[in-house]
Amino acid sequence: MLEITTFHYLVVAAALFVLGVIGVLTRRNVVVVLMSIELILNAVNLNLVAFSRMWGGLHGQVFAIFVVVDAAAEAAVGLGILIAFFRNKETINVDEIDLLKW
Amino acid sequence: MTPVATPFFFYLLSGLAVLGGVLVITRRNAVHSALALILTLLAVAGLYLMLYAPFVAGVQIIVYAGGIMVLFLFVIMLVNIERTVKERQFNRIWPVGLAASGALLVLFVSVLVKGKALFPERGLPLPEADNTQKIGEMLYGNYMFAFEIASLLLLVAILGAVIMTKKKI
Repeated sequence: MLEITTFHYLVVAAALFVLGVIGVLTRRNVVVVLMSIELILNAVNLNLVAFSRMWGGLHGQVFAIFVVVDAAAEAAVGLGILIAFFRNKETINVDEIDLLKW
Repeated sequence: MTPVATPFFFYLLSGLAVLGGVLVITRRNAVHSALALILTLLAVAGLYLMLYAPFVAGVQIIVYAGGIMVLFLFVIMLVNIERTVKERQFNRIWPVGLAASGALLVLFVSVLVKGKALFPERGLPLPEADNTQKIGEMLYGNYMFAFEIASLLLLVAILGAVIMTKKKI
């Protein structure tokens, strides 16, 4: 069989990234939108680790750990905002979050 | 130690990852989406192992699949899902979103096809026995400042999450 190269990992990461973008742009449920953002961050992480392997250094892996830290912070704050909003308006649909619209 | 049956495991794991991604954005019930996302995260952790990154794979499983997904499941439990399951799942401008994603996909495909020759066939050998030790040395050496900033970011995130979810401040 063919040997697996960096290119293969980049293709998988691009597929995951596009799936995440589709989820962010089309879904209504805020929880699913946040999960799609996690998909995007995972795709980026896969790219970083694949390039780290390609160049034979560990900088990409260290950066991937920082991305995981950011993902944790983003999920905590995003879900906190979601709970605060749900308490006020009883909805978690993106297109009903329109308090600033007139 | 050279890994065995690399192409088979690569295609299996990447297929599972993409399948989980598709399920995340198509399921009606948010709990099912969360479980599909866990599948994707575990498959990506397997891909990290194949890329000689055992520490990142462990962090992925412990922090993502163990921590962040539990947070997601708790929030899904707090907001009522009975009503949202019956509602429309996609917003009104979904064709625009899909077209934009398609444009992004075309961009990725063209970049990958045109730049394929830039990537070397074989990756350079990475040390796998002392991977964690090397990453620890880099975190506390080269990346000391970024490490401290990350800890501050986590502190701010904790405070923000607690304050925003309080009923009365």
